[in-house]
Amino acid sequence: MAAPDATSAFQQALLGDDPAALYEKAPCGYLSTTPDGTIVKVNETFMTWTGFVAEELVGQRRLVDLLTPGGRIYHETHLAPMLLVLGQVKEIALEVVTADGARLPVLVNAVLDRGPEGEPRVVRVAVFDATERRRYEQELLLAKRQAEESERHAVQLAKALQQTLIPPTSPTIPGLEVAAAYRPAGAGDEVGGDFYDVFQIAEGDWTVVLGDVCGKGVEAAVVTSLVRHTVRSLAVTERSPRDLLHKLNSVLLSSDPDRFCTLGMLRVHRDEEGWEVTASSGGHPLPLLLRPGAPPETFGEPGMIVGAFDPAHFSESTMHLGRGESLFLYTDGVPEARRDGELFGEERLLEALAAPATLPDLIDRVLDQVLEFQRHHPRDDIALLALRASGSS
Amino acid sequence: MNVTRAHNVVDAGLPGGRVLLFAHGFGCDQNMWRYVAPHFESSHRVVLFDHVGAGGAQAPYDAERYASLEGYADDVVRICTELDLHDVVFVGHSVSAMIGVLAHLRAPEVFAALVLVGPSPRYINDDGYTGGFDRADIDDMLAALSSNYLGWSSAIAPAIMGTPDSPELGAELTQSFCRADPDIAERFARATFLSDNRADLPLVSVPTLVMQSRDDMIAPMAVGQYVAAAIPGSSLAVLDSSGHCPNLSAPDEVIRAMETFFAEGR
Repeated sequence: MAAPDATSAFQQALLGDDPAALYEKAPCGYLSTTPDGTIVKVNETFMTWTGFVAEELVGQRRLVDLLTPGGRIYHETHLAPMLLVLGQVKEIALEVVTADGARLPVLVNAVLDRGPEGEPRVVRVAVFDATERRRYEQELLLAKRQAEESERHAVQLAKALQQTLIPPTSPTIPGLEVAAAYRPAGAGDEVGGDFYDVFQIAEGDWTVVLGDVCGKGVEAAVVTSLVRHTVRSLAVTERSPRDLLHKLNSVLLSSDPDRFCTLGMLRVHRDEEGWEVTASSGGHPLPLLLRPGAPPETFGEPGMIVGAFDPAHFSESTMHLGRGESLFLYTDGVPEARRDGELFGEERLLEALAAPATLPDLIDRVLDQVLEFQRHHPRDDIALLALRASGSS
Repeated sequence: MNVTRAHNVVDAGLPGGRVLLFAHGFGCDQNMWRYVAPHFESSHRVVLFDHVGAGGAQAPYDAERYASLEGYADDVVRICTELDLHDVVFVGHSVSAMIGVLAHLRAPEVFAALVLVGPSPRYINDDGYTGGFDRADIDDMLAALSSNYLGWSSAIAPAIMGTPDSPELGAELTQSFCRADPDIAERFARATFLSDNRADLPLVSVPTLVMQSRDDMIAPMAVGQYVAAAIPGSSLAVLDSSGHCPNLSAPDEVIRAMETFFAEGR
């Protein structure tokens, strides 16, 4: 309850205001229509805004007749059903076509009044001028569309870029089977930091590299691209993977202090009994050697991250890969896959590799298990690559 | 996902009775039939559902599948198949009238009759054909749509439609009726208003009732007459109602027209 003096002051003020003026000069357009929409009463404000006179509206037109064609469809498919089912509508954005053909953006509230039997009796409509608001909304809508468009563009760009960082298909090497898989983190709409490459130096002489650069997105792509092309050009003259890592280390150190990576680097050379493999690791999980009938074992010596330390230390090991024997390389997205704080770990990886399988099946099996472990939402990229010395040439 | 969850199927009325399958049009949901469907529950098995993206439908939206009305028609056939419905009288409002025609052509063995309320096989004017709209009008409507779905994504969107003065309607209805994801609504609008199903009408081979409001600016009289003339053996009932939704504004007229149609042995 207001204090008596405030109440009487209000009543005093109200008495001074003509009730008809309250209606006619209200700061909103006000219409009453029959249930089918025919206008039966309209206030001055509405007529001032739209330029119509009462004789053109009352008994002559329905509200829907004053709308744009698009607004009419919206009225019939949304506003009218809502009014008839819910009894009212609020803040419906429409445009009224004024007497001179211009469009007046409005917001509409409407209430359906029903008779004692529940039969629709009269619709009361309040119309608010929303010119400024609509202009602002149009700008917002435009900005939203532009943002969505640039996001689509960015995703497309990321995917195209990603494809340039991973060989589209594994190369065919006589006497050496190659299988690989790459799965970027998350929904796969960002450029990942894992990569691999397999390329020929001379006949029966190949370089295999699998790595993980720091970061994600465009910055990672820059580093990946730099590493990949540096490795490719260095490998032409540098036979030793260890020496190659040293030179790559210098290149990365001189390019940017933040650009570093881990790499597993193999040089494979065909001999009469299979392949001679020389391996060097730059802070990367060591390759696993898979021999029929024997448990998987690591091959090589650990080394430092590439591009982070000066001087750096890398070592090199050589082995012979006989027929039917395989080397398996992977990034840390495999052992560090997480589920509720639990890691996939080396154990599960070794188990997954234990049973014999064709090379593509082996890769699929590991990838499936790692993805399943994380319920198909990997938080890190996963790259897998396997080599197997085969009998035929 | 089973079809009941996918399309919020409500299966009511007389068990074992003749099936009336009600389909809503663009814009709202199965509540479009709330003044008509209950009337038939004592004499028919009454099945209602929501199209993808509407009301309580949970079916995942697939932009490609629903780029044309065919995807919606497939859903209708799926509902009939999974609920094992036969001898179905399909009652479709607005765009669902054409969805029903397509479903009938796809699975003729399922449907016994069609009731088309405010049908239009093509909304845009064409050489010698009056659909009622120009292409520019449709673009204008899409703009009106996006303008009215501005607040959809924000957390307060459901509260906007709250009707504290009519609590008997239930919060769920007041929050969901005629509201949909704006992307889905826009795609459904395109599929609806850019469709052309005129060539399908002569292929209809079941008894058909075309219901036409005396005054409907979405599907004008000329369009209703066109549909009735194009479907062999169909009958046209002109309702003394105004607007595109006689199922809401003149439910008694709609019920009467359906009962007359059924009494004729259709």
